[in-house]
This record gives sequence, structure tokens and C-alpha cells, in this order.
Amino acid sequence: MGASQTRTVHKYQDLADKTGFSLEQIKNLYQRFQHLSGNEETISRDNLESIPALANNPIRKQIIAAFFDKRNQHQDEVGSCNEIGFEQFLMVMSHFRPPNAKTTEEEKEAMRKEKLRFLFNMHDTNNDGTITLVEYRKVVEELLSNSGDIGQEAAKAIADAAMLEVASTNVPHMGPEDFYAGITFEHFEQILEGLEMESRMHIRFLDVNTATMRCGKSQS
Amino acid sequence: MAELRPARFRRSCSLTLTGFMCVLLLVLVSVVSASREVVSGNNETWRDPDRETQEDPHHQTNSTAHKKAFPVLSFNYDYVRKPFEISLWILLALLMKLGFHIIPNVSNIVPESCLLIGVGLLVGGVIKAIGEEAPVLDTKLFFLYLLPPIILDAGYFLPIRDFMENMGTILVFAVVGTLWNVFFIGGMIYGVCQIEGAELGSVDLLSCLLFGSIISAVDPVAVLAVFEEIHINELLHILVFGESLLNDAVTVVLYHLFEEFSHAGTVTVVDALLGVVCFFVVSLGGVMVGVIYGILGAFTSRFTSHTRVIEPLFVFLYSYMAYLSAEVFHLSGIMSLIACGVMMRPYVEANISHKSYTTIKYFLKMWSSVSETLIFIFLGVSTVAGPHAWNWTFVIFTVVLCLVSRVLGVIGLTYIINKFRIVKLTKKDQFIVAYGGLRGAIAFSLGFLLTNSEMKNMFLTAIITVIFFTVFVQGMTIRPLVELLAVKKKKESKRSINEEIHTQFLDHLLTGIEDICGHYGHYHWKDKLNRFNKTYVKRWLIAGERSTEPQLISFYNKMEMKQAMMLVESGNTGKLPAIMSSVSMQNIQPSAKRRAIPSISKSREQEIRKILRGNLQQTRQRLRSYSRHDLMIDPFEDNVSEIRLRKQRVEMERRMSHYLTVPANRQETPPVRKVCFEPEHQVYTYDDSESPRGQRALPDPSPPDALSLLNEPSQRPNQSRERRAKVPEEEQDQLILSRCFSDPGPNKEEDLS
Repeated sequence: MGASQTRTVHKYQDLADKTGFSLEQIKNLYQRFQHLSGNEETISRDNLESIPALANNPIRKQIIAAFFDKRNQHQDEVGSCNEIGFEQFLMVMSHFRPPNAKTTEEEKEAMRKEKLRFLFNMHDTNNDGTITLVEYRKVVEELLSNSGDIGQEAAKAIADAAMLEVASTNVPHMGPEDFYAGITFEHFEQILEGLEMESRMHIRFLDVNTATMRCGKSQS
Repeated sequence: MAELRPARFRRSCSLTLTGFMCVLLLVLVSVVSASREVVSGNNETWRDPDRETQEDPHHQTNSTAHKKAFPVLSFNYDYVRKPFEISLWILLALLMKLGFHIIPNVSNIVPESCLLIGVGLLVGGVIKAIGEEAPVLDTKLFFLYLLPPIILDAGYFLPIRDFMENMGTILVFAVVGTLWNVFFIGGMIYGVCQIEGAELGSVDLLSCLLFGSIISAVDPVAVLAVFEEIHINELLHILVFGESLLNDAVTVVLYHLFEEFSHAGTVTVVDALLGVVCFFVVSLGGVMVGVIYGILGAFTSRFTSHTRVIEPLFVFLYSYMAYLSAEVFHLSGIMSLIACGVMMRPYVEANISHKSYTTIKYFLKMWSSVSETLIFIFLGVSTVAGPHAWNWTFVIFTVVLCLVSRVLGVIGLTYIINKFRIVKLTKKDQFIVAYGGLRGAIAFSLGFLLTNSEMKNMFLTAIITVIFFTVFVQGMTIRPLVELLAVKKKKESKRSINEEIHTQFLDHLLTGIEDICGHYGHYHWKDKLNRFNKTYVKRWLIAGERSTEPQLISFYNKMEMKQAMMLVESGNTGKLPAIMSSVSMQNIQPSAKRRAIPSISKSREQEIRKILRGNLQQTRQRLRSYSRHDLMIDPFEDNVSEIRLRKQRVEMERRMSHYLTVPANRQETPPVRKVCFEPEHQVYTYDDSESPRGQRALPDPSPPDALSLLNEPSQRPNQSRERRAKVPEEEQDQLILSRCFSDPGPNKEEDLS
């Protein structure tokens, strides 16, 4: 009993170091993982898609895809998997950790880059390093997918206007023949600078260090 | 009159203005002295029956034996006295305000509130010197007429997102902070009063606590007046300002509580418990009253599409009724007003016309500005007028204790709050929050409401001293301190469509992650609320098609409209805004859709240029003939095509040089679809009876519209903005350039007229 416990602790410790979660949080997330996967070792897309609360979410496909996207695993691989294990699950979740009182400026900067990278990967589906107009249109269409026809018509105009804005801010003086191929990561960072991603893109749940987290509450 | 003079006459102008104001002061003072006590509302001498016969000019009976000559010119001042004096006071106040901004450099150093109090002191001094009794800031006048516009202005334009995100912090500061202040100040002052030799033995604990409750609340009027000018970042602004609004409930409850107790003499535990219950009733009751009136207002605005002119009145009246209704039950009127404004705003804005929105905005700003000015001037006058009982110990200790308790309270509370906040409050933030705790006219009015006694005069003196100290010392020094500490300032840049898209995206993403975690957190409930709002509430409260319009699209429409107006304005003045970049849709369209320009001969090119320029110049001249003082044309009320056309023309001028100088690469075959200037009737006019915005504003998902130069089929890039005014699909004919150019001018002008 003691041996297996220490083994579990070590395994978690390893994960804790890699992802930055506390042991308590990892334990809770593991419980959730088990719940989602039906006590299997891995989660597949179906497991995630069967969460009822996600049904109303307009961008659920992208969210689920992000979990299976190898780029979010920080291991320089590309492509997507069909199933993920607990470690990969944790890696994706680690993008949503908030900064705490002890985070230094450089760490905050790195955190912000990481979160922006996550978002960028969600938009850049073909992994060519830029978000093209077509991809951006898809993003806006999905966002407005719950709004019916009005949404679809407007999506194109909005995406075009947004793209135009990015181009105007970053490359203000293009000649008539120049072509702005797509939003690069630097431009992406630049336009979202005002949003202060490191403080916005986080889940409170992942910050609480006490044992009051409620994992696995929803029935699925 | 001053605006028209060039800058070098400013000094002589300001001297003239100052002289004029002094004259006006003297006139006012003499008028006031001739009438007395008009504004204090205590003795309504003008209703004196003796004067009635003289007042009434209409029933002059010709009873005398001698036939008087028919009076060609007669003087009857009493008839108009009251409105005349009120108007004169307001006029004086506003002229003072005007004067401050003309005199250079003054408004940079001294905040306006200080200057106005100074003017009030001056006027009060003059009145007193003449030996007349000066009008005092009547409590009823203050609470019923002067305060509501300011609060409504603040509440209606409250930044909801920031407010809600920081709600916990704001509530802690407002409730716990104020309670701490009350008991600390009250208790310590009682301790001070016990000191022998201060002659304050008569002040008992309850009176001290009452005094504490009056003096400890941060005042929204003063905070607004000072913070408005220093432009600090939104977080600090909403913290201090939100605190000043929400602590009204605490103040109301404590004030009434201690007042009751000080009459009764003793306090029991039951009373204390009742006090706590009362607090919840007052605050939640106030909010509920506000919400009810807000919903009523939103519902009413759904039906106002045929009577646009009275729309702003509904907003004002419902809000005012909310305030008054809350005051009837001794609930918190301020919270009711805020809740009403916040509740009403999203739905009302979706329903009302753009002109009504502008009217509401400007009226609210106007009223709140006048109110604020009057409040500060009256504060100054009342200072000179009121009975004072100066007691060095009491006053000094009050001022010191206020500062100390504020600082301690903020530090202590921040320590606790930071444990729960993601974005922690730094020491600089804490300093600004503590330093921004200004007291103002609410404290004075509450003090004025106390029953008359020697203590009351002493309290009033202390209150006025604290107000003066905070407004003058803290108000004047906060700006250099903000500079010195390099506190983050307000973000100047406007919200961009990218930020909006990603804010929405993040909301959904985080909700999704929360759902995957199985955690019912912040985003989960927010999402639920939004969906509830969309499915039920919006259907009831928003008219027509707008009720199903997603937020992103409303934002986009608003932005487009703003840009259209900006372009029209710049067309008016003849110059384009400086930041226009040369990027256009052609630069971002994928290469397959890029435009092709057929080559044209040089002479033809010149001819085209000339004709185009001629048309554009004519348009410009037409535009210039509109006076700058006209209200901007509202695209959704008047003919929207005008805006679009002008916008197009300004853009066209720029684009033409590109089009005509670049040689063609290839030709493509999609048919010509559109002409440069389109006839009026083809553009969507926004009819109020139909479904207004929503679909109509959106371009066709069909192939991009083309701009034809010549007969040849060519594909033109589409500017997303230019596409707004589009030709419906029926317009399949090939509108030949020659037709466009040979006869565009006169037709267009006629159509526009």
C-alpha cells in the first residue's frame, strides 16, 4: 500500500512539475478524467462530445479539437490524436492556469504567450503559421453559429472587417498589389495586447488551492 | 461669445469676462437681498398675501376716481421672482464654469470643484457683507433635484463588465469599509470627547456614532468631479466610484438607525439585529424597485417606434420615479437609480433611435453638469452662511481620524480581498483608493437634517472642514500624485472588432472548459444568464428583429456606423483622418479573387479623372453647405444612402488613383454587377416600421460587387465598407461606364435633393 502510494505521488509530482498544478488539483482533475473516460486510460472525442453542457456551446468543435491537437502538448509535434491520456489532458488544462501572487513579470509574459499560442492554434487549423481569411471567417461563423441565418451572413462581413483591421494596424501602408497573407503570431499578439490574456484566460477552479473544488459534478 | 475670438485676444477676453461676472455677481446679490430666503424654502414670503394684489397684473381694477393714464411700461418683478432668481443662479453658476475654462492654466492645476466652492464662498461672503441672509443648501432641494441627475448619469453609463467583475471587491469596500469607518471614527471621537478640557463632555456615544455615520461615506459627486479629470485606469475608477455608489445603503441605514437611537437613548440587541435586517431590506429593496422600473422602461421603449421624440423622456421619467419610489419607503434611492439605469440600458438602446440615444446622453451630461456646479457653489455659500461652532479639538481630530481610518480600512481590506482576486491590488492601487475617498455634499446635507442643537452646529462645522479638506487638499494633489506614482491611465484606444471577437470567443471557450471540468463556475453561470436573457427577456423587451441579434453583430453595426459618420465628417471638413491606412480589401482577398484592370488609353484616363473629380467636388461643395451645427445625419432615420454615398465618394477619390495607374494583369469573366454610384431607391432606406437593422445592413453572400470602369467585365475588390450600400441581385444589367460618367452628376444631385 505504501509503495503504490508513493509511486502515485511520484507520478503526480512529475506531472505537477511539468504543468504547474498542485498535487491536490491534479488529484481532482484525475477524478474528473476518470469520470469522463468511464474509468478507461484514455479519452476519445466521443467522451467529450457527450458532455451535455457543451451542447449549447457554439465553438464546441474547436474546443474538443484543441484537446486532441498535438501542438498544445508543447512537444513540437503536429497533427492530432484520436485519444489522449491523462498527461495530455493536464497539459491542455495547464493553459488555463491563472497567475498567482508569486509570478514574476517574465513568467507572466511567458504565460501570456502560451495562452495566445493556444488560441492561435485553435484558429490556425492547417498549421501554416498564419490565420488566413478563410480560417478567420470560419472562426466567426462558428461563433455566430447559434444565431441562424443572420449570423452566417454577418460572419463574412465581420471577419473581413476584422482582417482589414489587423492588416491596417500592422502593415499600414500596403500598395495596391501587396497581399496580406494572414495573421501571423506576432500580429495576433499585437492586436490582442489590450486584453491582457494572462489575467483573462483562466478558470478560477484551477487556482483554488484548498479542497473545496467540486470535480465531476455534472452528470454526463 | 468668447469662442469666436482668436487666441491672442484671450487675455483681454478673460478680463472682460471676469469683469462681467463681477457685475453679474453684484446684480445677483442685490436681487437676492431684495427678496430674501427664496431658495431656502423656509419662509415663502413671496406668497405673502399682502403682495398678492400687487402681483397680479391681470386683474387690475380701475377703482380710483381719477382716471390714471394707461401704463405703457410697468414693473412687476414679484410675478417672476422665483423662476427669475433660480435661472439667475444657474446662469451665474454656468458662467463661472465657462470662465474657468477660458482662463488658461487654471483648470489644469485646480480641479473645478475647488474653484466652484471658491466662487460660492465669494458669493456667500458678499451676501453676508451686505448683511442679508444667504440661501442655504436646502436638503430637499439637494436630495430631490440636484442629486438624481448626477447619479442617473453615472448609473446609465456605468461600465457593466468592469463593475460586475469587481463586484465582490466593491461590495467589501462599500459595506465593510464604511462600517469600519463609522465605528472607528465614532468610537475614537467619543474617546476624544471624554478628554477633560475639550469641553465636549456633552456629546454622548450615540451622537458620536451618528456623526461617524454621516462623515464616513465616500461621496459619489466629489469622486466623480475629481476622478473625471485625472483619467486613471478603469479598475481604480470603478473601485472608488462603485464604492461611493453602493455605500449609500449603509449610510442610509446607519444614519436612520443612530438617529432613532439617539432619541430613544438606549440600544438593545434586538435593535442591532433589526438594523442588520434593515440594511438588507434597504439595499435589496432599492435594487428591486430599480429593476422593476427598469423593466417597465425597457418594455415601454419597445413601442415607441412611432413617437421617437418622447423616447428620452421615458428614460428620464422612469428613472426618476424609481428614485422617488425608493425614497418613499426609505430605501436606498441611489441604488434604485443605478439598478434602473443598468437594467434599462441594453434593451432601451436596442429599441430607440440614434437621435434619442444622443439626446439622452447629452441631456444627462448637461443636467449632471449643472447639478454638480450648483452643488459646489451652494456648498460654498452655505459655508459662509451657516451657523458655526468651531471647536479646535473636535475638528482637528475629525479630519485626522477620517484620514487614518480610511487608510487603515483600505489596507486591511485589501489584504483580505487580495486572497480572492486574480488581479491583485498593488500598493499604488491601494494608495489611490484610500486617497480617493472624498467627502462631499451628501455628508453636508445629512448633517443639515439633524435636529437643531449646539451639537449640530459643531458637527456641521466639522463636516464642512472635512469636505473642504478632502476636496481642496486631496482633490488638488491627486493629479500630481497620479503623475508621480505613474499610475496606469485610462486606455485611450477604442475597442476593436478583433478584441470583441476574441472576448466573445474567450467567454465561450472558458465556459466550455468549465463544462469539461465539471465545474459550475463564473463563466458557467454567466453563460446561463446570457442564454436566459436571449431566449426570454430580449424577446419581451426588444422590438422587432433586433431581439435576436447577437451581440457581436450589434457591435459590428455600431462600429460601422461610427466609421461612416467619421467619414462623412471628414468629408465635410475636406480632410481625411490622419490614421487612414492604405490597406483595403484587395490586399487581403485571396489571390484568386484579385482584381484585374483593363488597360485604357491615356486620354480616356484623363477624361475619367476629370469627370470623377468634378463630381466629387460638387459633392464636397454640397456637403460644405451644411452648417457644422446641424446635428449629424442619422443614417437610420434619414436616408441612409446619403451617408453611404458620401462615404463611397470620399473613398473613391482615393482609390481612383490606384485603379487608374496600375496596368492590368488578366481578365476575368464574372459579370459586371454594380455601378459606382447607385440610384437612390435601390439602397436600403431604414424604415422605422419595418424591421430596422439586422438583415438589411448585411451584404449579400454572393460574389463581391464590382465597380465598373468600362464595358469590359472586370472584377473589383470589395471594401467591406463599400459593400454596405449594395445593389440587390435583381440588378443584373451591365451598367456601362459611359452611362455612369456621362450623366452621373445632375442625376445624383437631383436624387439627393
